[in-house]
Amino acid sequence: MLKQLFPIKHVAGYISSLVLSAVALVVLLDMPFASKMAILVVTAVLQASVQLVLFMHAGESEDKKSVYINIAYALFVGLVTIFGTLFIFVWGWYS
Amino acid sequence: MKWDEFFVTGDPLIYGAMVSIVLVSLAILFGLTYYKKWGYLWREWLTTVDHKKIGVMYIICALLMLFRGGVDALLMRAQTAAPEMKFLDAQHYNEIFTTHGVIMILFMAMPFIFGLMNVIVPLQIGARDVAFPKLNAISFWLFFAGAMLFNISFIIGGSPDAGWSAYFPLASIEFSPTVGNNYYSLSLQISGIGTLLTGVNFIVTILKMRAPGMTLMRMPMFTWSVLITCLIIIFAFPVLTIALLLMMFDRLFGSQFFTMANGGMDMLWANLFWVWGHPEVYIVILPAFGIFSEIISTFARKNLYGYTSMVMSMVVISALSFLVWAHHFYTMGQGAMVNGFFSITTMAIAVPTGVKIFNWLFTLHKGRISFTTPMLYSLAFIPIFTIGGVTGVMLAMASADYQYHNTMFLVAHFHYVLIPGAVFAVIAGFHYWFPKVFGFRLNERLGKMAFWFIAISFNVTFFPMFFLGLQGMTRRTYTYSEETGFGPLNLLSMIGAIGLAIGFILLVYNIYWSTRYQPRDKTGDPWDARALEWSTPSPVPVYNFAVTPKVKGRDAFWFAKKNNEPLSDEKITKIHMPSNTGKPFVLGVAFFFLGFFLVFSWWTPSIIAGIAVLIILATMSFERDHGYYIPAEEIVQTEQKLRGDTV
Repeated sequence: MLKQLFPIKHVAGYISSLVLSAVALVVLLDMPFASKMAILVVTAVLQASVQLVLFMHAGESEDKKSVYINIAYALFVGLVTIFGTLFIFVWGWYS
Repeated sequence: MKWDEFFVTGDPLIYGAMVSIVLVSLAILFGLTYYKKWGYLWREWLTTVDHKKIGVMYIICALLMLFRGGVDALLMRAQTAAPEMKFLDAQHYNEIFTTHGVIMILFMAMPFIFGLMNVIVPLQIGARDVAFPKLNAISFWLFFAGAMLFNISFIIGGSPDAGWSAYFPLASIEFSPTVGNNYYSLSLQISGIGTLLTGVNFIVTILKMRAPGMTLMRMPMFTWSVLITCLIIIFAFPVLTIALLLMMFDRLFGSQFFTMANGGMDMLWANLFWVWGHPEVYIVILPAFGIFSEIISTFARKNLYGYTSMVMSMVVISALSFLVWAHHFYTMGQGAMVNGFFSITTMAIAVPTGVKIFNWLFTLHKGRISFTTPMLYSLAFIPIFTIGGVTGVMLAMASADYQYHNTMFLVAHFHYVLIPGAVFAVIAGFHYWFPKVFGFRLNERLGKMAFWFIAISFNVTFFPMFFLGLQGMTRRTYTYSEETGFGPLNLLSMIGAIGLAIGFILLVYNIYWSTRYQPRDKTGDPWDARALEWSTPSPVPVYNFAVTPKVKGRDAFWFAKKNNEPLSDEKITKIHMPSNTGKPFVLGVAFFFLGFFLVFSWWTPSIIAGIAVLIILATMSFERDHGYYIPAEEIVQTEQKLRGDTV
């Protein structure tokens, strides 16, 4: 009974999002740039999944297909913006 | 701060504007008090959550902004009508072209489209309102607060003057020390929140609230275009939100995101602006495509040709719209590889757009075409927009663009895209759906007169600009010498602008005339049209549909009429409706003051206004409102009164 009432998923999500934020702070320590970026990317992806799945309930409703399409589209736009900007200003810059 | 810094002083035009603003405000206040309309205004409009009324308010604001932006345009054309004109000084000219651009895109085209989609989309899918009616009111009042904040800038503090794209470093505090660009960042931010909420609201409405039987592929084309538009909104507007936020930090709090020193990067503003800015073009134009699809198939008396390819082409356009933004700054310094990539993606957009053009032509093919006012706008759109599109492909070629980058050729091009693509569309939609909202059609003769004035004058105004641009006249120059030879074509353009002004005045006169003298429509379907919105009586009762229609295919209402089958055989039962609320309006007022105080960096009042915003949001979150029911007898009576027969 108590097990059913206790929002175990939300508490777990809350704690894991705090832990992930704390882990991301590790990059303030002295370490190579590549490992800093690796830590940030991994924690960011995990953090986003925690938010989407545990708090915003992606995949719980019957029309989860449209939710997943939406997330894919968001990823597409986000990645295009980031890598397009790098393409313009770093890799493809006239020199 | 002294009073003469607070108000803009020294220009007779602006003194005139101040006097007229005071007079008009007094007249409105007096009129409302004299005719005892304060209660009516509050009950029926300021607190409404009805999607139709919110739509009407959007459209009224858009028409007012059309005239504000139109006056800006006339002033610009007057200043450049002859060489060495002394009508406006350089600063005033800069402010005017900036406000013209911002107002026409964000406070005219967008609200006009939002108005039409507010009124029509729930009706087209057989819904009683949008998914979140209160949120819809918040969207409107935030847009309104942003628009008003932007509009007072020209008498209080000075307008933004760095162009509608507000490029850094020009828009930075170092090179634009007045509060003008603070207005830009804050008013766009506030109305942008409203836009984002509208995007969410309509996606949910369209995905969740369709009448039984209306699958996605049975939706009317306008609803499809709004769905795709809202998707673009929720992915493009966050980029603008962040860019404006960084701009605000740079200008108010001395951060260095877009400066040229201390690790800042001025070009990143242009980059972020156009990551939002190019999809924004499609946010304005895709609903227009939807409007034209509805009108063309109605007045050609045929179903829309190539429905599936219409939908697919919009999906492809929405994806491509995020892949082309660098074509706005080919000359900024990136290499041939980058420019080549963005050239190709840009030209690729011409393919789905071309598919749509051919679909409209095939819809017209062998149709029984009736030349009504909305149809005239739609037919004029096809060739004029094609000129805009073709010159767009010319501009898309990066190497050629180095020739006409930021010349009047570009100005001509985007007016050739946006005026037929957005303005013709919203005016056509306005004429087409006007009887649905108000119960009578606009006069056809006056409507056609206005159309011919607008269509011809548009070409007289903007076609010369192609040649001016090719001759080397750059955009945003406030004057030129006689030796340049730009004089005659600019004068021609000024004449066209006067014609456009006459056309728009005729349009408004038509609204006045028709309100007084047009016969009232009792059928609810004056155009013999196809989609569900025409199955309701006009003006549409507050609950939209007495019984929810059942949809068996595309053009459901058309086939129900042809086969003489009712759309639903269910009995009328009580209807659940959302109740009115004044909180969205109060929230808009609080946001207005928050923005205004931040513009002038008055911190204590800003913090108070900010707390007020948070308190209103909190009370809204904890509010319990279960709405109310309209009893079945009342619905039966209303239907009888509006339809004039027994149900």
